[in-house]
Amino acid sequence: MTSPSHAILPGRGGMFGTLSDALWRNPRLLLFVMLAPPLLWLGVIYLGSLFALLAQSFFSIDEFSGLIRYEWTLKTYAELLRPSNLDIIARTVIMAVSVTLASAVIAFPIAYFAARYARGKWKALFYLGAMLPLWSSYLVKIYAWKLILAKEGILNWIFAKLHLTALLEAWLALPVIGGNSLSVSYTGTFLVFVYVWLPYMILPTQAALERVPESMLEASSDLGASPAQTFRHVLLPLALPGIIAGSIFTFSLTLGDYIIPQIIGSSRLFIGQAVYAHQGTAGNIPLAAAFTVVPIVIMGFYLWMAKRQGAFDAL
Amino acid sequence: MRSDRNARAPLGLKIAAAGGLAFLHLPILLIFVYAFTTEEKSYQWPPPGLTAKWLAVTWNRPDVWEALGLSVRVAAISTVVAMVLGTLCAAAVSRTRFFGRETISLLVILPIALPGIITGIALRSAFNIADIPFSFWTIVLGHATFCVVVVYNNAVARFRRTSSSLIEASMDLGADGFQTFRHVVLPNIGTALLAGGMLAFALSFDEVIVTTFTAGQQATLPIWMLEELVRPRQRPVTNVVAMVVVLVTFLPILAAYYLTRDGDRVAGAGK
Repeated sequence: MTSPSHAILPGRGGMFGTLSDALWRNPRLLLFVMLAPPLLWLGVIYLGSLFALLAQSFFSIDEFSGLIRYEWTLKTYAELLRPSNLDIIARTVIMAVSVTLASAVIAFPIAYFAARYARGKWKALFYLGAMLPLWSSYLVKIYAWKLILAKEGILNWIFAKLHLTALLEAWLALPVIGGNSLSVSYTGTFLVFVYVWLPYMILPTQAALERVPESMLEASSDLGASPAQTFRHVLLPLALPGIIAGSIFTFSLTLGDYIIPQIIGSSRLFIGQAVYAHQGTAGNIPLAAAFTVVPIVIMGFYLWMAKRQGAFDAL
Repeated sequence: MRSDRNARAPLGLKIAAAGGLAFLHLPILLIFVYAFTTEEKSYQWPPPGLTAKWLAVTWNRPDVWEALGLSVRVAAISTVVAMVLGTLCAAAVSRTRFFGRETISLLVILPIALPGIITGIALRSAFNIADIPFSFWTIVLGHATFCVVVVYNNAVARFRRTSSSLIEASMDLGADGFQTFRHVVLPNIGTALLAGGMLAFALSFDEVIVTTFTAGQQATLPIWMLEELVRPRQRPVTNVVAMVVVLVTFLPILAAYYLTRDGDRVAGAGK
């Protein structure tokens, strides 16, 4: 019999050898070494800045000097609740909700076809068909819509060719959603938002639909359900976590965007634009910070709801 | 979902799916036509004529080259930082169970889950508080922060499929930790890292919202584009730049797709 000490190999020696042995013997040390750099980076730079910003929302701005008064106060939040600011918040939330619903409706057939019927080459095509627009340049996509919605652009040209210009004008004459032209109306803003965030809805919806067993759909129709009933009672509930996962993106991205409504839309502000205006020319960092709290709170609530619906498993 | 060879898609579904895809792709194709239009002053459709002269004009514009160079440098450095941080984080999260593991995933995703304007304004006010002047490095700092998540996602997915017994086997056979990393771990996660890196590059190359807050006087290519969008000066040049940006971002995305496509077949995946 050998003594127990022989069972343990001698150390490797050398700087790297010793280090390697130490890390293998102490998994906690290894874990610490691996986690320290990313946590320091994200914790210090990202969370640090985030908390610094949130803290500033509890300061206020001196109305006479325009300087920030470093005293804890809720005055800035009172300012946030003025009717004009509440308008901005309501407008943004309504836009985010409509964009999310529209994306869900447009994304579903694409995702369903890709998940259920596309095979082989078509499957790859559909996947890339959602991936390429997702990753292609955000500004280029907005620019493309500026070209499309311009007065002399392709959309007006198509309407003119189809002799439907009157229809377009009737639409633009509607209150709220209309305007002088498409590129300065809420309809234009809405179209661009849907276009830009749609791929974020397709991919999670497709992932959820891939997991729906075909046998369930067959069982449903064997039991006498019409396609509409199968959709309503089987497919939709099973796809819902995926749709909610996608809606996290469409909702959050619309809430915080300030570039799309600035380039295509009326001059009435969205939350993102209000934040941008207050921190920039106005120099009112406390109010800008208070404005950023709105999407954070809405998204926190939204994520909590999504988690209860099991949406995170579909991401 | 199992394949059902007899199933045919209903016509309505086919039309809706094709229409959706057309809606996604036609606007981008439109950019390609506009890059060759002879019309300078408006966005007239159909283009009155086609010309390639704007390619040459754009080629000779120093401000475009400067913006492009800055964007590439920022994206390259942010990608390297994000790859190191993202891989470390993914390795830690997928190898071990520890207290607060879920929180770490949340922390990594947060910079991209919260609207970009929040990340941007938070960083800007932090730089102001700390008296850090805006520079190349402040842009990198912002970009690396939200690029970590794409590398992390790719690496975590691959680590999950790679068997940990491979590492144990390597250690049992006498390799030290660094050799195991170099010869066993790295070849297995290599393509996932490369794909994550390419996506991080594309993300950083294209980012504008955070950049407007963390850049001082420098203009990255997206900032240059944004200026042109708000106050158009020379529309044809913008058209050409937009086309080039589309082409440049497509390549890494396609490459990333082909690299991760075969990810199911990594060694030891069946364990």
